[in-house]
Amino acid sequence: MARSSATAPDAFTGATPDNAMRDADRAEAAMVAADGTPLKRSLNRALRAQKLRALALIAPLLIFVLVTFVAPIADMLFRSVENDIISENLPRTVQALDNWNGEDLPDEEVFRALGADLVIASELRNHTRIGSRLNYEMTGISSLFRQTGRDVDDIGEIYADQFIALDEAWEEPSTWMTLMAADRWIEDREGWLRDAAEAEAAQDAAETREEARALDFDTPEPAFRISDLASEALPRTASIYSEFARVIQTEDEDSPAEEDPWNIVYQALYEDLSAGRGEGYEGEAAALIAAAREAVPQFEERSVRDFFLEEIDEDWADTQIWGTIEAFSDPYTAGYFLTAADLRLTANGIEAQPEGEQIYLMLFQRTLFMSLAIMFSCIALGYPIAFLLSNLPMRTSNLLLILVLLPFWTSLLVRTSAWKVLLQQQGVINDILVWLGVISDTARLALINNQTGTIIAMTHILLPFMILPLYSVMKTIPPHYVRAAKSLGATNWTAFWRVYFPQSVPGIGAGCILVFILSIGYYITPELVGGTTGTFISNRIAYHISTSLNWGLAAALGTILLVVVLVLYYLYDRLVGIDNVSLG
Amino acid sequence: MPDGHSQQAFVEFDRVQKSYDGETLVVKDLNLSIGRGEFLTMLGPSGSGKTTCLMMLAGFEVATHGEIRLDGREINNIPPHKRGIGMVFQNYALFPHMSVAENLAFPLEVRKIGKSEREAKIRRALDMVQMGDFGGRRPAQLSGGQQQRVALARALVFEPELVLMDEPLGALDKQLRETLQFEITRLAHDLGITVVYVTHDQTEALTMSDRVAVFDDGRIQQLATPDALYEQPQNSFVAQFIGENNTLEGEVVALEDGRCVVRLDASGEQIDAVPVNVSKVGDKTLVSIRPERVEFDPDWDERSLTLDAEVLEFIYMGDVFRTRLRIAGRDDFIVKTRNRADQTRLRPGQKVKIGWLPQDCRALDP
Repeated sequence: MARSSATAPDAFTGATPDNAMRDADRAEAAMVAADGTPLKRSLNRALRAQKLRALALIAPLLIFVLVTFVAPIADMLFRSVENDIISENLPRTVQALDNWNGEDLPDEEVFRALGADLVIASELRNHTRIGSRLNYEMTGISSLFRQTGRDVDDIGEIYADQFIALDEAWEEPSTWMTLMAADRWIEDREGWLRDAAEAEAAQDAAETREEARALDFDTPEPAFRISDLASEALPRTASIYSEFARVIQTEDEDSPAEEDPWNIVYQALYEDLSAGRGEGYEGEAAALIAAAREAVPQFEERSVRDFFLEEIDEDWADTQIWGTIEAFSDPYTAGYFLTAADLRLTANGIEAQPEGEQIYLMLFQRTLFMSLAIMFSCIALGYPIAFLLSNLPMRTSNLLLILVLLPFWTSLLVRTSAWKVLLQQQGVINDILVWLGVISDTARLALINNQTGTIIAMTHILLPFMILPLYSVMKTIPPHYVRAAKSLGATNWTAFWRVYFPQSVPGIGAGCILVFILSIGYYITPELVGGTTGTFISNRIAYHISTSLNWGLAAALGTILLVVVLVLYYLYDRLVGIDNVSLG
Repeated sequence: MPDGHSQQAFVEFDRVQKSYDGETLVVKDLNLSIGRGEFLTMLGPSGSGKTTCLMMLAGFEVATHGEIRLDGREINNIPPHKRGIGMVFQNYALFPHMSVAENLAFPLEVRKIGKSEREAKIRRALDMVQMGDFGGRRPAQLSGGQQQRVALARALVFEPELVLMDEPLGALDKQLRETLQFEITRLAHDLGITVVYVTHDQTEALTMSDRVAVFDDGRIQQLATPDALYEQPQNSFVAQFIGENNTLEGEVVALEDGRCVVRLDASGEQIDAVPVNVSKVGDKTLVSIRPERVEFDPDWDERSLTLDAEVLEFIYMGDVFRTRLRIAGRDDFIVKTRNRADQTRLRPGQKVKIGWLPQDCRALDP
């Protein structure tokens, strides 16, 4: 018999459902609505209100998730590259180190800058934080910084004494005010003093205690402003002095007008004057400066570098320390990621960590390997159960499903602890095996505090996540496919393997993704039953978050974990296709 | 048309019974023999046991009692995949993860047929159902009609002698169903295969089959050729189930050599009828008359019977007119007349006389 038409074997011209489908396929893309606008655009316009309403419906959840979940995680992940502690607290040192050749001991300028930075940092009590940050990269720096912070105040003391010996005016805060403060600030401050006095007078005049309290004057002193004249003539002194004024005002809530300057200010003044600066200074204290300029060459000199090495700690002669400071002077660093990959950033570039300190790559490998093992044991155990469930009558399968879900209603900790009881060497399972004669009493199996323990306990915990998607997919596979396969001559096994199994693959895919991603980030169970060989990368992350407080490294490890999961997800999508994943 | 009765039986059900729960029989004492090359339809309402019979033949259900023989060999204990029976399912059951060609290759692969021969057979089978260009498609990309063609090709590609079809056209629209009915019949006769076809659609059964087995309540109510089934139903179930039917309740008042007289319960009028399921005078009976055998204002000889009727409703159906009448106390008496140029179109309320030939009026069981 001749074929009527290859493309339309059901050659009806009427409006059958089949024909309607074919017509829809054939419909042209660029349709135009009645008013001439493209159909797509008018459709979009019509749908916009609907979309806005949908957006309004999800908005509360979206905002909740963004605020409580996405933003903190993003912030946490950002810590893996964030490194502004060095550049923020040691700005002068970082700048001075630019000229350092990286091999010799840095010169006097670098030490002077470090001295100034550390005085300020220790006044702000930041020097220990810098120390612990650098300690992640080089052991021992933390104590060096703590030690230095105690002694750094004395830098410049020798010059302070000599300046004061030269002219007692140098000891007076008022002298420094005339020298350093901007005229406008002095005016502002006078106004503020007047206000304070008025407030006090009014308070004194108040009749009751409550009234007096209401008149309390709590406006802070206006923020200190350095005079332009001073910044131009004595840049270092001006810079250090304004830091001093800022710390005095914000930290101590005192006035720079009433406080003796730090020794380091005298040091800076000496540096300025001995470098020949301050010549053109024509302010009120010009005479004082001129006198000091003349006296400075006769001053007894003390190099800051020598002070560091002799008075504070000879470790400052170690160029590795300087290399570490320089290596981590950028506000962003790859250091945490390098550490997470068992590498480290040194003055000489990137190199591998010493043998004994390489743990992270091994931990990542172990996490991946064990997650895969858990995933495969979940498939092996879950597939038959899901198959049985989906082929039983509704009543029975519901009952069994409750049994599958039962573990969900028990606390995770209880379940994991139960495994401890079952799996330990003197535990139930070993006892039974010994009693059955499978193993001898002297050769009890080590089932806990190792990888076996973690795999057993986590397979049990994650099994429902494999069974449920498998079950829901298998339930949708109609039994007539297998019947059809058998009627076509397939044995039970062929019918299962060639017809049933391929259709259950979406369920396996969904189960695998769930189980794998859950287990790769699992923490509590490996912690409890994993011992030392059965722990995951997440246990290390938790350690850095809560014990070592190296949040940057924890964030880097977490980021790598996230990226690994996303890459695997992508690979899965390419290999299996994410459309093939079905939760039922 | 092959005559199934006279040939040696190809498929035989011998006193087959089936029970699912051990309390009620779904199939009660089934005896049926199907000849080689015959197209036999099992027709019946849902729950009548017809699909169970098919599944027992396919091997998906085990007979509780009795023997099923295929080509003289008992197959009760042979698993389905060794029976070599082709099967077409109502919902096509095309494997969704395989292309059309792979679906067709499946039965050949499990039979270890070589690649070149396989491809030739697939091509021939697809051409046979006019789907030659669709080998690379997935079932989901095909329309319902196309899917059923592929399912048909798949059931035929391994050249089974017996093909079972379980309501294969149930999900298709009417026009497509009619085309495929024709094609399935043609293919079955061209290939000389034996077909057991299950349906609940009587038109399908009548147009396609050599013989039809009407199932009800786990039994075959009548096994006959389509014309015999329609014109000579053996009991009132068959008469009601096949085609449209007017029934009048009555009592046999006279019975002699192939004729009987029935007094209608409602009006007391006496009519002639062919006795089918009545045995003696005084039996209660249901008299059955096909709507198209009734004439208005008949001018036959005195043997024919005329009754007074009142038109209640006139329905224009295109090729036929359907008139609902009140007759002998009943108001659901239907008369079908062809849409001829001279055919009068009755109006509701009109009084008419109607009549029919005694041989068209069958006295069946009540």
